[in-house]
Amino acid sequence: MDLLNALVALTNFVVIPGLAYGSQLALGALGVTLIYGILRFSNFAHGDTMAFGAMVTILVTWAFQSVGISFGVLPTALLALPFGILGTIGLALLTDRTVYRFYREQKAKPVIFVMVSLGVMFMMNGIVRFIIGPGDQRFADGERFIIKARTFKQMTGLNEGLAIKTTQGITVITAIIVVAALFWFLNKTRTGKSMRAYSDNEDLALLSGINPERVVMYTWMIVAALATIAGVLYGLDKSFKPFTYFQLLLPIFASAIVGGLGNPLGAIAGGFIIAFSEVTITYAWKKVLNYGLPDSLAPDGLVQLLSTDYKFAVSFAILIVVLLFKPTGLFKGKAV
Amino acid sequence: MKKLLMATAAAALTAGTAYAGGHAKEVKLGILFGFTGPIESLTPAMASGAELAMEEVTKSGKLLDSATVSSVRADNGCVDNGLAVANAEKIISEGVNGIVGGDCSGVTGAVLQNVAIPNGMVMISPSASSPGLSTMEDNGLFFRTTPSDARQGQIMAEVLNERGVSSIALTYTNNDYGKGLADSIQSAFEAAGGEVTIVAAHEDGKGDYSAEVGALASAGGDVLVVAGYLDQGGLGIIQGSLDSGAFDLFGLPDGMIGDSLPQNVGPDLDGSFGQIAGSDSEGSRVFAEMATAADFDGTSAYAPESYDAAALFLLAMQAANSTKPADYMGKILDVANGPGEPINPGELGKALEILAAGGEIDYQGATGVELIGPGESAGSYREVEVKGGKIETVKFR
Repeated sequence: MDLLNALVALTNFVVIPGLAYGSQLALGALGVTLIYGILRFSNFAHGDTMAFGAMVTILVTWAFQSVGISFGVLPTALLALPFGILGTIGLALLTDRTVYRFYREQKAKPVIFVMVSLGVMFMMNGIVRFIIGPGDQRFADGERFIIKARTFKQMTGLNEGLAIKTTQGITVITAIIVVAALFWFLNKTRTGKSMRAYSDNEDLALLSGINPERVVMYTWMIVAALATIAGVLYGLDKSFKPFTYFQLLLPIFASAIVGGLGNPLGAIAGGFIIAFSEVTITYAWKKVLNYGLPDSLAPDGLVQLLSTDYKFAVSFAILIVVLLFKPTGLFKGKAV
Repeated sequence: MKKLLMATAAAALTAGTAYAGGHAKEVKLGILFGFTGPIESLTPAMASGAELAMEEVTKSGKLLDSATVSSVRADNGCVDNGLAVANAEKIISEGVNGIVGGDCSGVTGAVLQNVAIPNGMVMISPSASSPGLSTMEDNGLFFRTTPSDARQGQIMAEVLNERGVSSIALTYTNNDYGKGLADSIQSAFEAAGGEVTIVAAHEDGKGDYSAEVGALASAGGDVLVVAGYLDQGGLGIIQGSLDSGAFDLFGLPDGMIGDSLPQNVGPDLDGSFGQIAGSDSEGSRVFAEMATAADFDGTSAYAPESYDAAALFLLAMQAANSTKPADYMGKILDVANGPGEPINPGELGKALEILAAGGEIDYQGATGVELIGPGESAGSYREVEVKGGKIETVKFR
C-alpha cells in the first residue's frame, strides 16, 4: 500500500508534468531543428512564432465561443487550431519572402541569418503585444480534468492524489500524432524526401532538380504548423502570455542541441531529457521515500539534490556536458 | 464628447491662469513604475493615483506661483535594473523635480544608489517594501508611503496563528522583495511557534512550475504561503498546486492581492487569505470615490499610496517654497506628520493655502500617512480573504 502511495506521488508530481512539458518542448525543438537542418540557421524567432500562432488561435477561439460553438468536453481551441496554423503559415511565408529570401540570394553567412532572425523575433514580439496585449490570456474551456486529485483519493482510498489535466492528456496525444505524421511525411512523401535531400547535401539536391524555393516554402509551412501546435498546447496547459514564449526559447534550444541540431529524433529525445532533468533533479524525494522505505530508514530532511533555484542550471549543465563530449548532440546532428 | 469638451475647457482655463500668472512655473514629477513586467496589471491604477493628486493641485492653482504640475511617466520593468536606471536618468535630464517611484524593491534600490543619490534627487516610493531599503544609505533622499516588509512578516504570522495554522510551506519570487518578505515571514512565524517546512524560491516569467510545486508538495504543510507576484510566478505556483492537489489553501502577501488573481484561478481559491497595506481611514473612502470619478479603481493595490506619494512632494515643495530637491527634502516629514491640520484627499488646495500662510498640516491622505524612522510608513494592514471569487476585507490591523 505504501509503495503504491509512493508511486502515485511520483507520478503526480514528476512523471505527468514531465511528460506534458517534455512534449511541448519536443514540438518546439522540432521546429527549431527543421529550420536548422534545412535552412541552416538557428531561428531565434521561433518562440515568438509560437506566440503568434497561439494568439491567432485564441482570437478564433474567442470568436467561436461568442457565437456558441464549442467542442464538448474538449477545449474549443482545438477547433480553432487549423485557423491558427493557416494564419501562422501566412506570417512565416511573408517573413520569408520579405526578409529571409533577400539574405538567401546574397548567400549570407549563417551568423547573419541568426541576427536577422533576432530582428524578426522583436518584430513578432511587437506584433503579438500590439494585437493581444502583454497580459495573461485564458482561453481553455471544456472539462479541466481527466481525473481530479480528490476524486482519485476517494476512488482508491490512497493518501496521495493523482491529477491528470485534460490539457496534459491532449498535449501528449497530440504530440504523438504530430510526430508520427511528421516522420511519415519526411520519410515517405516525395516532398519530404526532397527536403531531407536538400538538408543532407544542398548542391547535390539542386543538381538532381529539386526546386530550392519549394523546399524552403514547405519547411516554413511545416515549422509554422509545429510552432502553432506547440504554442497552443503550451498556452492551454499553462496560460498564454507573450513573455513566457520568449522565455521558452532557452529550454527549446537546449532540447534541440542536446538531441543534435538538425535531427528530428534528437529534438524529441532532447525535449524529454530537459523536461525530466529539470523536474527530477530538483524534486524533494522526502515524501516518496517516506512511503517507500521502512520507518527506520525514512529521511528527516527534504532529500533534494538541488534546490529549485537551480532548475535552469540543470538544463544548461546538461547542455555543456553534451557539447563538450559529443558536440553533435546525442543523436548525431550537425556540429554547432 | 462632453468629457472632451470639459477637458479642453479646463485646459484652456489653466492655460489662461498660467498666462495671467506671468512668471508661473511648471513642476514636473517623474512616475517611474513597472508599466511592463511582473506587476503591469497594478501600475496603470498606481500612475493614475499619482496623477490625480497632480491634477488636483494644478486645478487649485495654489502651488507656489500657481504652478502647473505635469507627470512624466517612465517604465522600470519592475525587475529590470538596467532599464530602470536608464529611464531614471532620462527623466532627470527632462527636468523632473522629484520621482514618484520606483515600485518594486530591487529597481528602487538600484535607482536610488545609481541615479538619485548622485543627482541629489528625491524619491518617494508607494510600494517598495523590502526591509533592506530601511537601512540603505540614502542621504535623506528616499521615502516610502508603504511600510517595510519586516512589519508585514509579523502581520502574516499573526494572521496564520489566529487561523490555527501550525505549519506552512513558503515560496518566494527570487528578488529583493520576495527574499526580504520570505525571511521576515519565516522568522516571525517560527518565533510564534509555527513550523516552516520548506523555503523555496521561484523565478518569474516561466510557464512551467511543476518542479517547484513538486518540491513544495513533498515538504508539505497546512498552507502554502506565496510571496510572489499575482501576474507572474505566484499565479503559476498556485495554479500548479491546485491542479496537482498539492495545496488547497494559500497565504497571500501584498504582491499577490489583486482582482486578477481570483479571476484567473477561479473558485478553488476561495478561503485563501492574506494581507495588504491599507487603512480604515476616512481618506481611503474619499480617495476611492475620487478615483471612480476619474475612471480608475481606487482600491487597486498601491493606488492610494501613489496618490499620497505625489501629494507629499507637492506639499513639501509648497512648505519649502521651492521645487529644488535639496530645499524641500527636509520638509517631507514635516508635512506628513503632525502637529497641524489633518488633510484628506481632495483637500490639497486647502493644505497648500495653509502652508502658504505659514501654518502647519498633518497630511493623512488616502492611507493615513504617518512616516516613521528613516521616512517610511508606520503601516496599518488590511486582512483579506477570498470569498466567492472576490477579495474581501476581513479586518484592519
